[in-house]
Amino acid sequence: MKVGILGAGPAGLYLALLLKKLDPGHEVRVVERNPPGATFGWGVVFSEETLGALRDADYETHEQITDSFAKWGAIDVLYRGETVRSRGHVFSGMSRKVLLELLQRRCRELGSVLEFEREVADLEPFAGCDLVVAADGVFSTVRRRLERHFEPSLDPHRTKYAWFGSDLVFDAFTFVFRDTEHGLFQVHAYPFDARTSTFIVETHESTWRRAGLDQMSEQESLEYCQELFRPELGEHRLLSNRSIWFTFETLRNRSWHHGNVVLLGDAAHTAHFTIGSGTKLAMEDAISLANALQRFPGDLEAALTRYELERQPVVERFQEAARDSATYFESVSRYNRFEPVQFAFNLLTRSGRISHLELERRDARFVAAVDRWFAGAATGQHAPMLAPPPLFTPFTLGATTVGNRIVLSPGGEDVAVDGQPGEVHERAIAAAVRSGAGLVLTEEVAVSAEGRTTPGTPGLYRDEHATTWRSLLERARAEGPGLLGVRLAHAGRRGATQPRRRGVDRPLREEGWPLLAPSPLPYTPQHPAPQELTREGMEQVREAYRAAAGRAAEAGFDLLVLDMAHGYLLASFLSPLTNRRQDGYGGPLEQRLRFPLEVLDAVRAAWPSERPLAVRLQASDRAPGGLDIDDAVAVAGRLRGHGCDLVEVAAGWTVPWDRPDYRWLYLVPASDRVRNEAGVPTVAAGNLTTADEVNTILAAGRADLCLLDPRLHAAAG
Amino acid sequence: MEVGVGLPTAVPGTTGALAVEWARRAEQGPFASLGVLDRVVYQSYDPFLALAAASAVTSRVRLVTMIVIAPLRNPVLLAKEAASLDALSGGRLTLGVAVGARRDDYEAVGVDHRGRGRRLSEQLAHVRQAWEEGPVGPRPAQPDGPELLVGGLSGQAFVRMARYADGYVHGGGPPRAFAGAASRAWAAWTEAGRPGRPRLWGQAYFALGGDDDVEQGAAYLREYYAFTGPFAEKVAAGNLRSPRMVKDLVRGYEEAGCDHLVLLPTVADLAQLERLADVLR
Repeated sequence: MKVGILGAGPAGLYLALLLKKLDPGHEVRVVERNPPGATFGWGVVFSEETLGALRDADYETHEQITDSFAKWGAIDVLYRGETVRSRGHVFSGMSRKVLLELLQRRCRELGSVLEFEREVADLEPFAGCDLVVAADGVFSTVRRRLERHFEPSLDPHRTKYAWFGSDLVFDAFTFVFRDTEHGLFQVHAYPFDARTSTFIVETHESTWRRAGLDQMSEQESLEYCQELFRPELGEHRLLSNRSIWFTFETLRNRSWHHGNVVLLGDAAHTAHFTIGSGTKLAMEDAISLANALQRFPGDLEAALTRYELERQPVVERFQEAARDSATYFESVSRYNRFEPVQFAFNLLTRSGRISHLELERRDARFVAAVDRWFAGAATGQHAPMLAPPPLFTPFTLGATTVGNRIVLSPGGEDVAVDGQPGEVHERAIAAAVRSGAGLVLTEEVAVSAEGRTTPGTPGLYRDEHATTWRSLLERARAEGPGLLGVRLAHAGRRGATQPRRRGVDRPLREEGWPLLAPSPLPYTPQHPAPQELTREGMEQVREAYRAAAGRAAEAGFDLLVLDMAHGYLLASFLSPLTNRRQDGYGGPLEQRLRFPLEVLDAVRAAWPSERPLAVRLQASDRAPGGLDIDDAVAVAGRLRGHGCDLVEVAAGWTVPWDRPDYRWLYLVPASDRVRNEAGVPTVAAGNLTTADEVNTILAAGRADLCLLDPRLHAAAG
Repeated sequence: MEVGVGLPTAVPGTTGALAVEWARRAEQGPFASLGVLDRVVYQSYDPFLALAAASAVTSRVRLVTMIVIAPLRNPVLLAKEAASLDALSGGRLTLGVAVGARRDDYEAVGVDHRGRGRRLSEQLAHVRQAWEEGPVGPRPAQPDGPELLVGGLSGQAFVRMARYADGYVHGGGPPRAFAGAASRAWAAWTEAGRPGRPRLWGQAYFALGGDDDVEQGAAYLREYYAFTGPFAEKVAAGNLRSPRMVKDLVRGYEEAGCDHLVLLPTVADLAQLERLADVLR
């Protein structure tokens, strides 16, 4: 086979040598526009897993690569004058220049032709090749020429970074955080040989501008960074190798091959540098492509399809982790109140690839220190050496202490009669208490008959409801020490629907009742239009909430959750999509928030001051023009000022056409922002199914309690 | 997990006699269901008519559309067709619906491609109501109407599923892809406040036998999915072409939480059915 490879980076060179090795009969030619010794940047990193793949693919280069390695097993986090070290990681770094040299040598040895300093503007030089490989980097000219077929997308990130070297040899992968009057700067540094380290400086674009770095020359910005990190560098220097400021762009391609042209490495995909996977992914691409070509001789289409099928899912997983990692560094100043140990744990678990459990496997002492710190902070006492994992620590809200961090919320059977809960509710709540959850929440309990979601929604709108709840709760308490919370809701325009066994938002026909909403907009075309609440109607609703809160206290609930989510009545005041009022209760966010705050005040007054009051808050409508997370953070701050002790984060369902992205742990970022920007403790929800997920979220400070998905307790029985 | 088999009604060359005989033999085999696909601009049979024919020669297996491109159809007639098939088959219909992937089907029928998701939601609301309240009959044999599934990979598809359906039908792929979709289905279901759990259905293509069968199956998939461009090769590469591949996939889907997996033929030959039965027995 005649193969033309454009680009003599690690991907192109490694493929060239692997192909010649698999079949010396292949004619392989690599064309590169730069001279052989030129390279941008400093060191590259590999994980242990990558090294295994390299060893299997070509033992010779594997030996040479590992001979030139700098290896380390620790990660240091330098933050607020403290260094937190975690061990047990396995990294290897080497000079990018040395890597390229040894790959070039091996290519020549095996008979690949390398042509340097040759610009290639089109595919003409590769005419007659059976296979053309575009390994020419993120700005690949080949890909651009065939853009129509590859369908690339480039997403720029919001930070600026410069890739320096340093003659300071670190003894760990080192993160440094430095606060300045312009904002936060961070360093990602690691050694790659006996004399040199990679030293990447990163900062948010706005900080970068405020610091005037956009106006500085390469030399000036190097000196700026050198001074900024003088405490860490000491007598050492920063080194430049075309070390200018870049914006990282994540590249994706819908297809990686067209005809006989295939994309490899950075030409096919990029993943944010903060997970350090570029070279690793590029060389793994080369292995996969070489193997696929070997496996399907004479069938290029099958080989290239195999390569794509094998590599695309792997790359997508890295890109997802890289996105979370990049987001962390874009907003890391949010965590500036964290204690160093929690700050470090949060940093280490930022991309979702390393969890509490995985860290414990790598460095049990570090995780023991995290757990001990967490337990100490949770109890306000000196924690014992053998502290429980975060999920089994207590959580204190004022005078109330929840025994552990797990929340369960059974229900939704819609079997109450005239608002009276029955045996089904009792069984479900008792089972949840028996399971050991620290807090058990009811399903939505209506504050008035017309606030019910379905005819089977339980209520607290008559005194006899309170009596029934009271005896139900007394029996549930015999099952365990878990606290019992009530969710108070008014379904608003989503009310008067059929029981949810066969679906939700299916309006009742004759048996329905008039709906109430801030504006007379029906939820779906099948729904009746709700009545626009008058000032008098609002007084009545507020009074219903107040009375229901009083009954909830009387019934003996330990905690009350006021529902402001999912398009129910209070949420529909908050959202601009559903609140079109012209009076003082519509318009800007502050006015849309007015009625929900009036209700909160009324409930707070009726609910015993020593018992915690929570709000289930809409973090995003997931719809254009709707409430977003920035609004929710602002709202959470206001709720806190009105006596809200805890926020449970929810999203969507405001309008029937919302656009969710149900990715793994999809509500946790919103919980993180509300907790750490508005300063309110939070309950995280949404697809939480394992204890490890819970421990990770808690220890990283992304939430204070976790609502487990029903899947887990259904399985537990 | 239950395992069903597809009728070859979307494989060119399938005669009416073959389709009916296939159904008859599947009923005798280790299969829990018979599945059909839907496509307008193609040499394929209408999904409801194909299942009606199958219903006449079977009494045990479930009859499932995976999926019907509902927005192409009038919602009143769709409800009536489904109710009729459920009544005729003694309550064996599982109706899977989605927006489909091909624009030319919409053009051929003269239905606007834009707004298809919104129309599907309205149809779902209507279909359930028609089954429960009439007046357009017959009454379905299943008391709550046919089991209703929704497919699609957008966030909106999962919400639509949780709002109106009994479960989710996945469009095919390795177990890992199914598991990802199942997790999204669970998230939407939980958010909606639905009691119980979503039913989760999966599907995969197969061609068992010699090289000729395997090549014929792959060629069919390349052609059937040609409209997706480079994706067609990937579908063809995923075709289950050995007993080992079938067994691995069945196990993978079971571990991923699938309730019902339907294996769709890519070669219109009764020997395919026998070979698959041998693998599953």
